[in-house]
Amino acid sequence: MEGFKSLVVILLSSVLVNNYVLARFLGICPFLGVSKKLDQAAGMGISVTAVMLLATLVTWPIQHFILDPFELGYLQTIVFILVIASLVQMLEVILKKFSPALHRGLGVYLPLITTNCAVLGVAINNITDGYNFVESLVSSLGCGLGFLLAMVLFSGMRSRIDETEVPKNFRGVAITLIAASFLSLAFMGLAEIVNNLIG
Amino acid sequence: MLIDVLYAFAVVVAVGLLFGILLALITHFFGIEEDETAKKIREVLPGINCGACGFKGCNDYAEAMAQGKAKPNLCIPGAEAVAKQLGEIMGVEVEEPKDFVAFVHCNGTCEAAPAKADYQGIATCKAANQTYGGPKLCAYGCLGCGDCASVCVSDAICITDGIAHINTARCVGCGMCVKTCPKHIISMIPQEAATVVYCSSHDKGADARKACKNACIACRKCEKLCPCDAIKVIDNCAVIDYEKCTGCGACAEGCPTGCLKKVFFPDLPEDFSWN
Repeated sequence: MEGFKSLVVILLSSVLVNNYVLARFLGICPFLGVSKKLDQAAGMGISVTAVMLLATLVTWPIQHFILDPFELGYLQTIVFILVIASLVQMLEVILKKFSPALHRGLGVYLPLITTNCAVLGVAINNITDGYNFVESLVSSLGCGLGFLLAMVLFSGMRSRIDETEVPKNFRGVAITLIAASFLSLAFMGLAEIVNNLIG
Repeated sequence: MLIDVLYAFAVVVAVGLLFGILLALITHFFGIEEDETAKKIREVLPGINCGACGFKGCNDYAEAMAQGKAKPNLCIPGAEAVAKQLGEIMGVEVEEPKDFVAFVHCNGTCEAAPAKADYQGIATCKAANQTYGGPKLCAYGCLGCGDCASVCVSDAICITDGIAHINTARCVGCGMCVKTCPKHIISMIPQEAATVVYCSSHDKGADARKACKNACIACRKCEKLCPCDAIKVIDNCAVIDYEKCTGCGACAEGCPTGCLKKVFFPDLPEDFSWN
């Protein structure tokens, strides 16, 4: 029971409190780049979640069964990048086959997941936070869902912005960044909520 | 010391090799080959993703055509030249594509169509239309905020005297404006059309007249005047059937409000600029 509770805490806090995009400022490029339309934003969010899960599924055993026994901790970054890059490539091939529309819609951003700091960040943070395998998976699922949540919320905000008359000097990137900062501000307010809810 | 380096080397090589092989296997089993015909077709298409062909964009159209699900003459902006090239790629004879241009069925100029309110909101037709149907007394007329002009791919639309005008010489017939207009008063008509209806009002005669001096009052005079039975007044507004219309202009001469016109918009030169 205690274990389950801690898993819930990990999941909720990685979605709401330590949201990768809005609280840790990782993975900003797809957050700004693909959030213009809801369907693309959701597609990107889901593929990032999938890649995060896959990456953790593979990098955790690599860290604990290959790198740690040989005392090769310093190879972590390069090995993880290698692993994540090939995972994304696999995801791309599979997406192209089963969902060509999503593949085209994501365009250049799918290869960009390869170098997405959020994905690498999840893989490395799971190790440094000392999570066990199940906790790591839950945490990366939470981070992925948090990313998806941020993408979906922000695409909603952007479609609203499109409908409104923005002052000329703020049009385009400026108003997008301002809106993103407000969303981030809102998420900062959630910082204590998980501890109070469950703790 | 050396053994550590060798370990590090071996680990990176092993991991790289393992994932390389995995990737190769997945590509082998799941990979799809890019359709060469679709690629060629896509290069010929204009790539403005206007959707006039009935597909989501040029990519979708190219793929459908490569699979034989679409004819090569559907690209309206590309017109004859593109259709011919597409026919060559597909190896089929192409029927000549029909030339259509967009036309705004409204002549409710500032002077003819009085306003019922002063609209100060966001300057788009979409927003104005959501505010009690816009500031004009006529509920059907052009709002003149230029949503159509902003989506026009060929810069063919200008707003003058409160209503949108379309330069038929420039219009490529993509139909973006038709989809955008919140009042649904833009339609595609054959380029050779000689007579057009300058009104979309479905109000009854007296009401339509009150709302706009140039409105169709549904008097049905045109129906009687037309020698080839091409005009019908449907739902209080004249509609021309261009399959039957010969362009004789009898209706335009007899129309009491002047909402039927023979020559509608001068063909401006290609290099004409509104600015």
